[in-house]
Amino acid sequence: MNWCEYPGWFLGSEVLQNYGCRMASGLWITVELVFFSVLLGFILAFGIAVARLYGPRWAAVLVNGYTTFFRGTPLLCQLFLVYYGLGQFRLFWQDVGLWWFFRDPFYCALLTFTVNTAAYQAEILRGAIQSIPRGQFEGALSLGLHRWATLRLVIMPQAMILALRPLGNELIVMIKSSAVASLVTLFDLMGATRLAFARSFDLSIYLYAALIYLVLVEIIRRVWDRVEIRLSRHMALR
Amino acid sequence: MLDKLALLGFGPEGWGWALLQGAGITISIALATLPFGLALGLVVALGKRSDKVLLRGLATAYTTVFRGVPELLTLYIIYFGIQIVLQELWRALGLPGSFSIPPFGAGMVALGVVLAAFSSEVWVGALNSIQKGQREAAAALGLSKGQAFRLVVLPQLIRVALPGLGNNWMVLLKETSLVSVITLPDIMFITTRANVVTKEPFLFFGAAMLIYLFFSLISARTIDRLERRANRGFAAFGGATR
Repeated sequence: MNWCEYPGWFLGSEVLQNYGCRMASGLWITVELVFFSVLLGFILAFGIAVARLYGPRWAAVLVNGYTTFFRGTPLLCQLFLVYYGLGQFRLFWQDVGLWWFFRDPFYCALLTFTVNTAAYQAEILRGAIQSIPRGQFEGALSLGLHRWATLRLVIMPQAMILALRPLGNELIVMIKSSAVASLVTLFDLMGATRLAFARSFDLSIYLYAALIYLVLVEIIRRVWDRVEIRLSRHMALR
Repeated sequence: MLDKLALLGFGPEGWGWALLQGAGITISIALATLPFGLALGLVVALGKRSDKVLLRGLATAYTTVFRGVPELLTLYIIYFGIQIVLQELWRALGLPGSFSIPPFGAGMVALGVVLAAFSSEVWVGALNSIQKGQREAAAALGLSKGQAFRLVVLPQLIRVALPGLGNNWMVLLKETSLVSVITLPDIMFITTRANVVTKEPFLFFGAAMLIYLFFSLISARTIDRLERRANRGFAAFGGATR
């Protein structure tokens, strides 16, 4: 018996035993998808937030358009637009040698989730950077620090503490939202569960999946709390 | 490309009317869910602040569960769950045939319980912002607990809760796209079907995006107006509270 069949066997649930392995690999896909999209999204968001705050006027307008567009439309719709919509231009992608990317639901989901979470994270970072008092910039400038050095050494360390909690919430939202990836034929945790239900008609499999998501979210929430306490231990309020 | 735009029009080949109907369904399920979700959220929030341990525990468990489980999964569980329970009931009562719940109802319940979990956090924050003296003064004036809540606390609550509730509404509006998976003919459902028929996914999902964007922009403006209206007595503090 594989290790992934044990939980079902232990709980005496036939359906969980039969589909345990599929769900375990689905869970892994969910974790991969969320981890990489949130990480890439963060890098993208940092660039976007800096462009929005310190870039030229046209960059700010562009960024506003980007965040409004991706925050104002459902993730499901964005995913369908990328997977089915961009997949429509198959000949073009084959010409430029990117068809392997847009053919694969995992990459499409990764792309969609990355640009989506980047829009949300950019707003979080922008808010955090903007709430740093002006005097911090001026102090750093008067010490002769370059603008980039000011951002890296003075502003970001303070802004990141403020951004930590909303970023944690965004990570949790992404874990939950990643379930829609199952609707573009990806067998993530939700996809594996849907398959199990479609074959067994046993509703309890959905409850087990809910429990797994819940545990995942709770673990992240608790770890995040710890990290926040640790990072802000020098601050008077805590 | 231009000739394909006719597919979005109202002609014989066009999907214009269907898209409009889908947009109507989307907005009506969001609007139907809102009062139910917000009211339930307020009840949960009151439960969280209750001095009874059991009530507090139940309310906390409720928010933990529905904020941690993906909305799509909640939707499936409620849709299929209610279906199964009702069918068992149907059979137990010995009625002929079978019974199925309308997707609109299931979607409303699922979106509503999730909205309640999220809005309860906003309500708790707002309730905490109302000073104790307000209730004490109400009690001193001889108002009952219920009256004090309805006449003194609630009107002040709305103003403080509005930004958070506005946020909840924006999230709800986007979440309605999920009900298409339980065959409710909303925008996503219509555009998915249009895609199957016409093989023009980019056009139709692009159109769906624009419709959602339109709703979001309208909502943002409306919420802004409401907030300004709610804050009209607080002009002096307008800058600080927003």
